[in-house]
Amino acid sequence: MSSTTTTHDAHGHDDHGHPTGLMRWVKSTNHKDIGTMYLWFSFTMFLFAGALAMGIRAELFQPGLQFIKPEVFNQLTTLHGLIMIFGAIMPAFVGFANWQVPLMIGAPDMAFPRLNNMSFWLLIPAAILLLASFFVPGGAAAGGWTMYPPLSVQGGMSVDMSIFALHILGVSSIVGSINIITTIFNMRAPGMTLMKMPMFVWTWLITAYLLIAAMPVLAGALTMLITDRHFGTHFFNAAGGGDPVLFQHVFWFFGHPEVYIMILPAFGILSTIIPTFARKPLFGYASMVYATAAIAVLSFVVWAHHMFTTGMPVAGQLFFMYSTMLISVPTGVKVFNWLATMWKGSMTFETPMLFSVAVVFLFTIGGFSGLVCAILPVDIQLQDTYYVVAHFHYVLFSGAAMSIMGGVYYWIPKWTGHMYDETLGKWHFWLTTIAFNVTFFPMHFTGLAGMPRRIPDYSQQFAEFNMISSLGAFALGLSQLLFLYVVIKCIRGGAKATNQVWDGAQGLEWTVASPAPFHTFETPPQVK
Amino acid sequence: MNKKAIFFLSTILGATFAQNGNAAYELNLRAPHSEIAHQIYDLHMLIVYVCLAIMVVVFGVMFYSIYKHRKSVGHEASQFHEHHLLEVVWTIIPAVILIAMAVPATKTILAMKDTSAADMTVKVTGLQWKWEYDYIGKDVKFISNLATTQDQIHGKSEKGENYLLEVDNPMVVPVGKKVRVLLTANDVIHSWSMPSFGVKQDAIPGFIKETWFRADAPGTYRGQCSELCGQAHGFMPIVVEAVSEEKYAAWIETKKAEAAAGAAGSDKEWTKEDLIANGKTVYEKNCAVCHQANGAGLPPAFPAMTGSKVALGAMWGADGKYLKDSHVDRLLNGKGVMPAWKAQLNDVEIASVITYERQALGNAATVDPIVQPSQIKAAR
Repeated sequence: MSSTTTTHDAHGHDDHGHPTGLMRWVKSTNHKDIGTMYLWFSFTMFLFAGALAMGIRAELFQPGLQFIKPEVFNQLTTLHGLIMIFGAIMPAFVGFANWQVPLMIGAPDMAFPRLNNMSFWLLIPAAILLLASFFVPGGAAAGGWTMYPPLSVQGGMSVDMSIFALHILGVSSIVGSINIITTIFNMRAPGMTLMKMPMFVWTWLITAYLLIAAMPVLAGALTMLITDRHFGTHFFNAAGGGDPVLFQHVFWFFGHPEVYIMILPAFGILSTIIPTFARKPLFGYASMVYATAAIAVLSFVVWAHHMFTTGMPVAGQLFFMYSTMLISVPTGVKVFNWLATMWKGSMTFETPMLFSVAVVFLFTIGGFSGLVCAILPVDIQLQDTYYVVAHFHYVLFSGAAMSIMGGVYYWIPKWTGHMYDETLGKWHFWLTTIAFNVTFFPMHFTGLAGMPRRIPDYSQQFAEFNMISSLGAFALGLSQLLFLYVVIKCIRGGAKATNQVWDGAQGLEWTVASPAPFHTFETPPQVK
Repeated sequence: MNKKAIFFLSTILGATFAQNGNAAYELNLRAPHSEIAHQIYDLHMLIVYVCLAIMVVVFGVMFYSIYKHRKSVGHEASQFHEHHLLEVVWTIIPAVILIAMAVPATKTILAMKDTSAADMTVKVTGLQWKWEYDYIGKDVKFISNLATTQDQIHGKSEKGENYLLEVDNPMVVPVGKKVRVLLTANDVIHSWSMPSFGVKQDAIPGFIKETWFRADAPGTYRGQCSELCGQAHGFMPIVVEAVSEEKYAAWIETKKAEAAAGAAGSDKEWTKEDLIANGKTVYEKNCAVCHQANGAGLPPAFPAMTGSKVALGAMWGADGKYLKDSHVDRLLNGKGVMPAWKAQLNDVEIASVITYERQALGNAATVDPIVQPSQIKAAR
């Protein structure tokens, strides 16, 4: 595991003229630069979609219509969902993959650097289409991020813009996935067998397969939708022999694996951070790999649990209930493995570890509310209520987004060469965690009491909990500006990071200098 | 500790911001009022207790470990990283718990799906943004609209006790009878939800789906549309009144009489003022949600009524039939997102609302200024 020469080589390379200034980024084929761009793109989208959520919570602060019209409210919820999923969470994980996969497997770069550039720059036109759709006649798409027809067939040209944006994002994801799979299979350092790969690399390998399998299905559904809208086909129009529910089946065949696309890399980040700060190897490495693979396979046979109220035949309902319940077994294995990793460790609680422990705890709450929803008769009461909103924010915010934050704190010393401000990092952690729970925990109660989601106004029995949620949401939104400040402060300066950074950290990325030089591992390291 | 924070915050905020007496911190599913809803309630409590028990054990271990196995208290890290028996055990135990959960859930699903031997059938149609109830074999059919006023919604008057959960025409059913509900929709997908009965079924255009309930006590039960169906998705509540069999029979007769009275109005000659007055009610109930109470519309999706070419143009051709794309045509047959109203409104209502749109909302049509219900009857 030696790579002392790489620092020197990198220096030589830096001199022979890669573009500088703006062109450095536009033409970049360097996995670190592209990773950085992905992460900044994702953070920008995170703040924008978060601002949309502030609009939602402002309107829901009190019963009655105060600030925005109902159709604008629907635009906010729709674009909040689309941008958070496709603009914030997914690109953030691709950013991590770009930075960390080559560093962790001892590769000099990604397998296809130019494709890598393309898959990043495809994001920009897609983002422009989504953002610009607010300014076309009729406003942005308002049929929910799920875009169920026939409602989405009624929408204006912004629906077409969203569909086109998602097509582009799909191409970007598929290209990126092919790149990641090829890199992992072909460019591992000598001696690094598959079962010696860091857990984060394993989770991304499996995620990349999920993306390749799921994104074309979304593209199919969207293409049928757009031909229904403009070219007179009737895939989803019952009057022409189609079926509106067909869209839901195809959409969720993509949509459920998508959920795991957004959580498996988060599991990888946790499986990296927890052993570091417990100063103990990851417990049950092999079972972690098998559990991840099992979750990925099962994710393709549970889709219709999003559709329990459509009126499926009883055999379908039973099948999807059983398969959904089954997913909690491998997910449970993961949580138990993390606890066993912590058990009898020598733990310290720097910001990345705080985030990781909070994710284990809060994600499990989200897992439990998922199990409650899996019980079909109970889901009949909860489908399309705020309970579901609480559930998927517990898995997507406190699961995926907070893992991303933990991962940023964990690796940013390696990326920038500076330690972040630990005090401010901890402030960010506590503010985020408390505000998150104040925002989303009460939604379990409003949901149980029957408040439907996606409504701009509600009956007075829900007033108190909604006000609490709104106050929590404003605090949660503001806390993320602190995150931005901490990151910028860390880039600009701070205590010099050592190569090892964390005394318990294991892996090839800690053998290179901090900040990681522009080129690393031009001579492959040996893994024993 | 976060839950404690929530409790603390909610107490403080509740005391500070509580706005009205009937608001409550509802923490659980609504009180069940049918056999299925009872089963769901019990299933939910069971799984919540199971989850809480698992949480206490699992996070008990985690917090113990966080407390004891930290560097600051001088704990040295062990280096174990495998234990096959443990791994097998914690795979099998959850699987066993899941099977134990699946058994009662399966029983309830089979019961929910059994719509046989119903005492009566009601066909419910979701429309943007209201519900239509059709009592099969009873010749009773009506539309149920939100009854909350726009003033309440926009904060210009005090919000009532059942704000957003009240309708003009509730669905009335006899207590203790098995009611089979057939669901469909006219435009987009809606979802008919009645938490007290444990019912939620999507209403899908072009398909008929079925569900059932049996109310176990008299009362008024409230639900809301539960599938995003456009801008007024939050404004199409569902109200079911469960009453004794005698009251139900009397209600059926009243509904029939109302329909007959409505039909009789078609043959009468109406004055312009009466039409406008009646039309205002119809407009605010059915049209204002898109075209707005003041007629300004929400262009480009929903055109303004004020100054509209359709609302000011000629309606009748030389042959006495209505013109294509005229005001009458638009009302009867719809176009694009504008629904066809001929099946939902009677002759008097259509004539009144057309007259209202032509003579109010800033309009004063000179061509075909008013229309009589008899003309609509003939035009159908």
